[in-house]
Amino acid sequence: MRTIYTLVKRELKAYFHSPIAYAIIFMFLLISGYFFFAGMNTYSLASFEISKMAERMGPQELTIAGFVIAPLLGNMSVVMLLMAPLLTMRLFSEEKKTGSIELLFTWPVTDFQMVMGKYLASLMVVAIMLALTLPYAGFVWLHTAPPWSSIFSGYLGLLLLVASFLSLGLFFSTLTENQIVSAVLTFGALLIFWIMGWTSAGNTDWFSQLIVYLSILEHFHNPSKGVLDTRDVVYYLSFIGFFLFLTLRSLEAEKIGG
Amino acid sequence: MIVAENISKKYGAFLALDALSFEVEKGDICGFLGPNGAGKTTMMRILTGYMPPSAGRARVAGFDSMENPMEIKKRIGYLPETTPLYPDMRVAEYLDFVAELKGFTSRDERIRRVAGVMEGTMITSRQSSIIKTLSKGYRQRVGLAQALIGDPEVLVLDEPTIGLDPKQIVEIRSLIKNLGGKRTVILSSHILPEVQMICSRVLIINNGRLVASDTISGLSAAAGRKVSARIKAPLQAKEDLLRIKGALNIVAREEPDGALLLDIFLEPDCDIARWRAELVSMVGEKRWDLVDLLSSAVVPLEETYIRLISSDLVKSGDNGGEEAAGERSADDRESHDITYSGDAD
Repeated sequence: MRTIYTLVKRELKAYFHSPIAYAIIFMFLLISGYFFFAGMNTYSLASFEISKMAERMGPQELTIAGFVIAPLLGNMSVVMLLMAPLLTMRLFSEEKKTGSIELLFTWPVTDFQMVMGKYLASLMVVAIMLALTLPYAGFVWLHTAPPWSSIFSGYLGLLLLVASFLSLGLFFSTLTENQIVSAVLTFGALLIFWIMGWTSAGNTDWFSQLIVYLSILEHFHNPSKGVLDTRDVVYYLSFIGFFLFLTLRSLEAEKIGG
Repeated sequence: MIVAENISKKYGAFLALDALSFEVEKGDICGFLGPNGAGKTTMMRILTGYMPPSAGRARVAGFDSMENPMEIKKRIGYLPETTPLYPDMRVAEYLDFVAELKGFTSRDERIRRVAGVMEGTMITSRQSSIIKTLSKGYRQRVGLAQALIGDPEVLVLDEPTIGLDPKQIVEIRSLIKNLGGKRTVILSSHILPEVQMICSRVLIINNGRLVASDTISGLSAAAGRKVSARIKAPLQAKEDLLRIKGALNIVAREEPDGALLLDIFLEPDCDIARWRAELVSMVGEKRWDLVDLLSSAVVPLEETYIRLISSDLVKSGDNGGEEAAGERSADDRESHDITYSGDAD
């Protein structure tokens, strides 16, 4: 545990000693801030319209959760799809390029500790990014009670989604010493996981069902609406476990191959 | 302390190490010597547990490198050839990080340890510099500090003085020399005087095989002695002289005035006075003109080294060691093998 903590500390320093983390966090906040603003705008317009027509149309379903939070989480997930490869691309690639992996392999650190150190550090950067968007909920508070339970499960879902992105990115960073290649492979693979359900949606045969189940986006529908389903959590945790396992195998192969 | 048994390493079809066996005693400073591409770095990587051997076993401090790599890693300090540090970190911060990984969990203890090692490697004045701004010499010393910080029983240093200026080389050498006794040190180098100066033992590796394993003095003694003579004679005189009992090898060079400058290498147990007398009588017989006869000398390590490498080259018919081969005359290549063979020890 102690070793993992030491490694996480170093990885976090590496993120914040370079401009990478700042650039990613800044752009993420800028974009998600815009989406929040746009969502609130639409919501206030819509509620104004509806209040005028309430007498004629009867009660309408118009909630912050459905009108602001769900689209915001959806949009943030897309931004994360673009940002996550940039966070993970350097993790092992840089060590391979500079040769510092040789020292890392000869320090008293197990492969598992090495992988967890890097993975948890990238996850913490993401957690910081998401935490910085929480004040948006504070703005909601100025006008009405924020839907805390939807926000909580939505954010947890988003964190799980991005944690999956990171595990895949970590794996691809072990494959190459070129950071760009690592980022491109990660982004491509994530995009495939993102869109693979589209063609099969609506089909009922087992193969289409399987493809839809494997699609990473499929499992974000519920959390973005504020519903955290065990099936989705299990999917994300298995996804993360699978790619962390592949990362470990890849490191082992690296050592044997020299 | 360090035992290598029949270690082989293959990179694809290329055999980098071929059944290498040797032992290094506790407290020894052992030099790995060999031309570029001889397999020195590969051997060190296997000993440090960075990569497993394709065949054979390595034991360090009593632990097997395959079964107990973690125990070895706790007891070893390693400085790779390229000194790969984390360029964005500060010197003290980096050393603190490595110390923490090496098991110095208490903060106070770590601070003391880092300060002590920085003192020893003379980098205290640069402790808050960012590593990427340091010169090669300072970076090398941070690398050495990193290897020392865990207070390791075994130190493995891959070309520790490469890229340093002469003053730094002297400093680093004396630093390493002082590490012996308490610690077991393995260092690789292709600078002979360096090995001669620092090491108590030498392992000479060429084309992945062990060519010699001995102490410095043993190596010199086994290499025999050398007589130099300048004789006015035809080039073929060399063949005649080789027939005198006790001559191992003769390197002949023709001088502008027609004289031959001969470096004659004798067997270690050869009676030099008798040999010289026979040389003089042969000169008389053949009506050559003996211009100069220099007193016998111990063969310098450098010549021994080059001869070991080159005789190995002839045996393997390989041209892997061009760098060393380039400096030698053609005469040398067809030399007789000297008594040292591939399976020393």
